[in-house]
Amino acid sequence: MSGWRLKTAGRVDRGQSIAFQWAGRTLHGYAGDTLASALMANGVSIIGRSFKYHRPRGLLAAGLEEPNAIIQLETGAVAVPNVKATQIELYEGLVANPVNAKPSLEFDLLAVNSLFKRFIPAAFYYKTFMWPNWHWFEPAIRKAAGLGDAPEGVDPDSYHHRFAHTDIMVVGSGAAGLAAAIAAAKGGEKVLLVEADAELGGGLLSEPSEVEGLTALAWRDRMLAALSDMPNVTVMNRTMAFGFYDHQLVGLCERVTDHQPPSQRSGPRQRLWKVRTKRVILATGAFERPIAFSGNDLPGVMLASAAQTYALRYGVAPGQRVVVATNNDSAYHAAFALHDAGVEVAAIVDSRAKGGDVISGAAERGIRTIMDSAPLKAKGRRRVSGAVLADVADGKARDTIACDTILMSNGWNPAVHLHSQSGGSLAFNSSLEAFLPSKSVQAAVNVGAAAGIFDLDIALASGRAAGQGDDIQAPFPAAVGPTLHFADGDARAAKAWVDFQNDVTAGDVQIAARENFRSVEHLKRYTTLGMASDQGKTSNVTGIHMLSNLLGKPPQAIGTTKFRPPFDPVTIGGFAGRAVGENLMPLAHAAAHASALAVGAKMENYGSWLRPAYFPRAGEDEHAAVAREVLAVRGQVGLFDASPLGKIEVKGPDAAEFLQRVYVNGVRNLKVGRCRYGLMLSEHGIVYDDGVFAKIAEDHFLVGTTSGHAAAIADMLQEWLQCEWTDLKVLVENVTTAWAVMNVAGPKARAVLEAIGTDIDLSRDAFPHMTYREGLVGGVPARIQRVSFSGELSYEVSVPWGYGRALWDAMMQAGAPHGITPFGVEALMALRIEKGFLHVGSDTDGTTMPQDVGFGAAVAKKPDDFVGRRSTMTPEGLRADRRQLVGLETLDTGGAFECGAHIVAADTKGIGATQGWVTSSVQSPTLGRPLAMALVERGTARIGETVQVWNLGKGRPAQIVDPRFYDPAGDRLDG
Amino acid sequence: MLLIDCPFCGPRAEIEFRCGGESHIQRPGPHTHVSDAEWADYLFYRENPKGEHRERWFHSAGCRRWFNAARDTVTHQFRVTYKMGDVCPEAGESAVSEAAPSAVAGGIV
Repeated sequence: MSGWRLKTAGRVDRGQSIAFQWAGRTLHGYAGDTLASALMANGVSIIGRSFKYHRPRGLLAAGLEEPNAIIQLETGAVAVPNVKATQIELYEGLVANPVNAKPSLEFDLLAVNSLFKRFIPAAFYYKTFMWPNWHWFEPAIRKAAGLGDAPEGVDPDSYHHRFAHTDIMVVGSGAAGLAAAIAAAKGGEKVLLVEADAELGGGLLSEPSEVEGLTALAWRDRMLAALSDMPNVTVMNRTMAFGFYDHQLVGLCERVTDHQPPSQRSGPRQRLWKVRTKRVILATGAFERPIAFSGNDLPGVMLASAAQTYALRYGVAPGQRVVVATNNDSAYHAAFALHDAGVEVAAIVDSRAKGGDVISGAAERGIRTIMDSAPLKAKGRRRVSGAVLADVADGKARDTIACDTILMSNGWNPAVHLHSQSGGSLAFNSSLEAFLPSKSVQAAVNVGAAAGIFDLDIALASGRAAGQGDDIQAPFPAAVGPTLHFADGDARAAKAWVDFQNDVTAGDVQIAARENFRSVEHLKRYTTLGMASDQGKTSNVTGIHMLSNLLGKPPQAIGTTKFRPPFDPVTIGGFAGRAVGENLMPLAHAAAHASALAVGAKMENYGSWLRPAYFPRAGEDEHAAVAREVLAVRGQVGLFDASPLGKIEVKGPDAAEFLQRVYVNGVRNLKVGRCRYGLMLSEHGIVYDDGVFAKIAEDHFLVGTTSGHAAAIADMLQEWLQCEWTDLKVLVENVTTAWAVMNVAGPKARAVLEAIGTDIDLSRDAFPHMTYREGLVGGVPARIQRVSFSGELSYEVSVPWGYGRALWDAMMQAGAPHGITPFGVEALMALRIEKGFLHVGSDTDGTTMPQDVGFGAAVAKKPDDFVGRRSTMTPEGLRADRRQLVGLETLDTGGAFECGAHIVAADTKGIGATQGWVTSSVQSPTLGRPLAMALVERGTARIGETVQVWNLGKGRPAQIVDPRFYDPAGDRLDG
Repeated sequence: MLLIDCPFCGPRAEIEFRCGGESHIQRPGPHTHVSDAEWADYLFYRENPKGEHRERWFHSAGCRRWFNAARDTVTHQFRVTYKMGDVCPEAGESAVSEAAPSAVAGGIV
């Protein structure tokens, strides 16, 4: 009543026994088994429970098209869910478990779903479980669905990406592929042969007939020996071509260690290859079609070629008494192979009136053949117990044959996935009732079964022709026999499976057609046919045939759904490659990073830079540390690593003219040695960046940007110069990481610099605020700008990056007697809010224009065009009620406002119309009270007005004020 | 992944480039004489052909130069790539290319 190990036959190594675990039991197989063949050999019949109805399921196939035997491999962090048992090479100690069955495969409680089957056909969730609120039912439905469990913990494996170039790639190492590879290699070009299986040979590994006078295996060995002798040939096994992309790029997944016990694995688990190839030869073979008869999902129902593979490659028989149902010759060879290996073949049921010459082989072996017949129903509850046959002419039940295994073959579908992904078209061939590759749009050809060529000699010829670059002669193929279709509305169609993994039946296809989902893409999505992890390899074409039959439209007119990579699932880690963990978004370190850490900096991610947020001392929380740092800067002196600040050199005879077109401000009138605070807009007139620019020499500017925008602005400047203003003579270079910047700020800042030693005259008149000087600081060449974001006397000292940490250390040492205090980004933000200085991205958003942040007059004064200027003049830009940046004072004792809190009219009860929102907020250490900045409609005209702020669900009073809370006159800056 | 023939570096993988959208767009000016409709056209309206699209590409991880390309939006084939500022060669013509990749246009250095 189940599979068993044949005495001889098969390529498994019977001298190497392997112990493995299945559902908690210890079983044994041989080296060379897959998990599937080993389970079959151990008599395991039920391998899984179906996705929706929890019906018992066994193996349908022997290869990667297997839809039923979805298992959970290993446990813990190395667990792999939803792997096909047919794709797992057995290794010592392997642990595998079934899925979707509680408490066990034999007794699955959710099999009760099967009792309600007629209430939950395809698309039931669009029609039921909706009232009163579908959200109630969704969690339960989702929990009942699904197969395996996602692994716990971080993936411990590593995955590599590799690029390669080759002349000819051959995909598939069956007869046609091997012939093509040899022929191509003889031409002297570089050839790459890839094979998804562990062993090369494809169908040759289970082929009983001779090939060019040798056994199939001997022929294969000879080909492989020849290939390994050619230095221009590379062969990769366990390597699946999963995608054929634009411009001759093929994606490969190489499984390096999956076949080894986890404890023995080392190195990358898989490699993802991106191979650019001049020509592709697709020898990808074909997939056998199941027959849709009632009960065809019972364990014991299998594809005929799969049974042949289990017998001849793995030495396993699928059952004790076999009925073979077919519409073509190939299944006869499966019947003969089983018979010759000692399995009882009760009958071959052929839907054709007359079989081919192959039928004589049945007579020789004494196998009964029943023509003009097809299976109607499989009898049995958890395993096939008999096959009910019908006459193809009228569909009426005839004989019942007792058996425990039904092999089926309804013809073959060429594996056209890669051809289609490459942009190639398909044509329906009515002899084969299959879609064949038609036109290629890239340099790719199909050979062998992939081209619909099933005759071995012609397949070899096609491979050789393709290898040499010649045209391929496509033969006229032998026609397959008829298929018995259920009439529309026949209740038995609801038990005839089409998509085994997603539990889609012939009845569901009929429902889709009946409800007007008549396009092939709608059929797919409405029923989920073809949407499981097997991507419809054993179901898509059957569904198309059924739809064609129901609608009376030829299959060519119905067409196929779109083919998308990957051809077979590729683990997500493979696509991520090395870009995981810290490598996904590596954070840059500022120049004095190590020194900051050494004094206890608490680091944070600030837009791709890792920077000190604050420097807590013992017992301090963030609030206390920030307050202390702010007061130290205001009272003595602070030290801030400003190295991430964007620095771009702009040099050339037209540098000033160029920047005049880029900035909102005037640039042409800036004198050498002077700095100016500027705004840059996008072409949409939106404030994009702010920063200080300095004229450091004739025709030579230093453009300062925010740290997050440095690279983008350098690119943007290049774009204007290369694409629009090509006549300007300007060079632009992003030097952000060439110069480290240490900002020393506070009343004692000058004293600290003097203590370090410099040849620059630091006196107030020689080096005023917003000027630039060059010289030596501590013996190192330096550029200094007197620029202040904190609002205190401030020097931004730039030195070549490599000296940055030493400069920090020197400043800490020289500043010690002055109470120098390192401060972080949070303290800097508090300092600048106290000054009412804007921070792009906090106080501005995607609608903020220069006139909103106090630059209206500067724009009006400037006659020239600049980037974004025209957009500030649109009706939206000219509105009188635009939100403007102002300050807010609290009028109660409720503490600082939340950023984002909305401003509403003072007399509003409850929630009212928004007039703007809080953009920055701080409990000011210097002034001892909450301060906020906000964008408020007509804000500048409303200074002094009382408003309400809707803060955390409560209306609170506030007053609109000028945002220059601390030192509005700027006296501290001029110190 | 597209294979793009940079006029300066030769064929390189798409990952080295950034696409700049439709090419041959003139920035309207002077700003005092541009209507709202003209400006909106410049900011927002783009050709959306099913067929040949003339577009800009930036070789960000290579020579860092902008250039033009004529690419078919259906087949993704690049008919031709040509220098920024040049007229798109007609089918049959080839783009006139500089002798050496190190030559710098404009003679700035």
